[in-house]
Amino acid sequence: MFATILPAALLAQLPVLQVAIPLLAAPVCVLLGRGRWVHDFSLLVTAVVAITSLALLQLVLGGGDASYALGGFAPPWGIEYRIDPANAVILLLVSVSGFLVLLQSRTSIEAEIPKQKHPLFYTAFLLCLTGLLGVAATGDAFNAFVFLEISSLATYALVATGKSPRALTAAFRYLILGTIGASTFVIGIGLLYMATGTLNMSDLATRIPASPHHAVIQAAFALIIVGLGLKAAIFPLHFWLPNVYTFAPMVVTIFLAATATKVALYLLARFVFVIFEDASFAGMLLMPLALLAMFLASLAALQQGNVKRILAYSSIAQIGYMFFALALASTQAVAAAWLLMLTHALAKGGLFMAVAGIALQTGSSNLDDWKGIAKQMPWSAAVMVVCLLSLVGVPLTAGFVAKWSLLVAIFSTSGSIILVAVVAAASLLTLLYAGKILETIYLGTPDEQRATANLREAPLAMLVTAMLVAAMNIYFGLNGTVLSDLSNRAALALLSGF
Amino acid sequence: MNATELVMGSDAALFMSGMNAYLLDFLATGYNYWMAIVLMMIGFYITLARSNLVKKIIGLNLFQTAMFLLYISIGNVVDGGVPILTDNPDALYSNPLPHVLILTAIVVGIATTALGLALAVRIHEAYGTIEEDEILDAEAGDS
Repeated sequence: MFATILPAALLAQLPVLQVAIPLLAAPVCVLLGRGRWVHDFSLLVTAVVAITSLALLQLVLGGGDASYALGGFAPPWGIEYRIDPANAVILLLVSVSGFLVLLQSRTSIEAEIPKQKHPLFYTAFLLCLTGLLGVAATGDAFNAFVFLEISSLATYALVATGKSPRALTAAFRYLILGTIGASTFVIGIGLLYMATGTLNMSDLATRIPASPHHAVIQAAFALIIVGLGLKAAIFPLHFWLPNVYTFAPMVVTIFLAATATKVALYLLARFVFVIFEDASFAGMLLMPLALLAMFLASLAALQQGNVKRILAYSSIAQIGYMFFALALASTQAVAAAWLLMLTHALAKGGLFMAVAGIALQTGSSNLDDWKGIAKQMPWSAAVMVVCLLSLVGVPLTAGFVAKWSLLVAIFSTSGSIILVAVVAAASLLTLLYAGKILETIYLGTPDEQRATANLREAPLAMLVTAMLVAAMNIYFGLNGTVLSDLSNRAALALLSGF
Repeated sequence: MNATELVMGSDAALFMSGMNAYLLDFLATGYNYWMAIVLMMIGFYITLARSNLVKKIIGLNLFQTAMFLLYISIGNVVDGGVPILTDNPDALYSNPLPHVLILTAIVVGIATTALGLALAVRIHEAYGTIEEDEILDAEAGDS
C-alpha cells in the first residue's frame, strides 16, 4: 500500500525518519509553550511515526531487510540502521503505543502534571519514544547503548513528574539501577569490540563464530545479559519496576508497561540469537529465572492492595513468560515470545488505560476504594474485564493465541509435558489476581461516601481509546493469524541471522 | 647463593622465581585492566552500600569512569602515537574509535549525574533528608 504511494527516495529514508522525526520534534515542544498546541503537536508526531513504522513493516515484509547508512558512511565502519521483520514489529509496537497513549491521556496529563511543566513533559516523552525506537532500529551495538540511555534518562525524568514524593525516590532508584545496567551492557560491548574489532551487529555476527568459546567473548556475553536483563526486569533484577509503575503519572505507566521492557527484551534476543548464536548457555540461566518470575511475581501480585502495583508485579511475571520462550530457543518458541510481547502490550496497555480512567475519577488506585465501581463506571470496568481475560489467556482473546503458542512451543521443543503443566499452572495464578480485581470491582459494596458520590464515567477520549485497545484484544483473539504470522516472520529473521 | 636457595634447593627456588615473574608479568601486562576492575568495584560498592544519595551518585560516577578507563585501554597500541593523519604511511597510532565512543559515554554520564543530583535536590525538598534509611522510614510511615 505505502510502497505505491510514497516515492522511492522517501522509502529509502524510512529507517532513519522513524527515529529522526521524534528526536527533532522533541525540542519543538519546548518552543511551543504551555498552550494546548503542545499536546496536539506531540499527538501528530506520534501519528506520523506510527504511519512510518507501518510503512516500514510493509516494506520489510514485502521486499527484504531495509538498511540505512547514517551520514553515508558504509557499514560496517559507519552506523547502520537495519530493519528486518523482528525489529519492524517492535517498532510498530512502540510507535502505535506512543500514539494511543497520547490519544488517551490529555485529561490525565492535565490532572497529574502542573501546567508549566507540560512542554518539558512532552519533550521528555518524545525523547523516550526516540530512544526506544532507536534501540530497535539500530544495527550498531554502541549506538544501541546510546539510544538505551536516551530512553532511560527521559524515563527517569518522566517518572519523577509523578505527584507523590515517592515518585522521586522510585525514579532515583531506577536511575541508579538503570545506569548500572547500562554500564554493564556497555562494558560487554567494549569487550566484544576488543575481541572482534567491530561494532556493527551483522559484522559481529560473522566474526564471533570463529571464536565462540573465547573467554573475552563469554565475559562480554555475561555482562550484556545482565545489563539488558536489568533493563528488561528479568526476575532477580526487577526491584525497580513496581515502584516506578505505581508512582509514575498514569500516562507514563501505560507507555512503559506497553513498550520499555519489550525493547530491552528484543535487544537481548538480538544479541543472543544473532550475535552469539549460541543460546544454550543463556537458556540454562534464563529458564529457571523465568519460572521463578512466573510464580513468585504472581504470588507477590496477589499480596498487593494497589491496582497499579498488582499489575506491575503481573508485568514481572509476564516478562518471565517471554524469557521462558526465548530460553527455549527454537523458531516456534521465539515466535511465541514475540506474540507474548505483542499481546501483553495490548492487554497491559488496555488495563492501565482503564485504571487511569478509574483512578482519575475516584482519585485513588487502592483496590479497597474501588469496591463495586463497575456500577458507576460500567464501560471502564468492561475494558478491565476484557483485558484481564486477555492477560490470563482465555480463549477468544489475543492473550490466548500467545499462551497457546507458548505451550505448543514448549511441548514441541522440549518434549516435556511437565514443563507444559508448570507453565499452565503459572497461568492459573494470573487467574487468581485477575479474579481478585474483578470480584472487587463487580461484587464489592462501596462505602457510603463513594456510593452516594456523583461518580461519572471516565472522559470520552480516555474511554474510547481504552475500548479501542480492548476491541483489539478481542479482534486479534478471533483473528489470531495476523499476529502469529508477524511473529513467525520475526522469529525466522532472528534465527536465520542477518 | 641466596637465602631461598639455601633453604629450598635450587630447583624449587628456580620454580618460585619463575612463578613470581609469571605473576608479575600477568599483573603488569594487564595493569590498566586491573585498575579498571578495582575502580569499578569500589564504585559499585559505594553505590550499593552508602545510604547518602549524593555518595551513591559519586559511586556511580566512579563506576562509569572505570568503564571509560577500560575503553581507553582497549584503544591503546604499544608505542602508538596520536591518531593524526601525517605524510608517513607507516606511522603507528592508537585506535581512536574507543576514544570517540567514550566521548559519547561521558556525555551520557554527565546527563545521568545531572539528573541524579536534580532528583536528590527534589528528594531533599520533599523528605528533608538525602539519607536513604531515613527516607525509607518516612515512606514506611507514609503508607
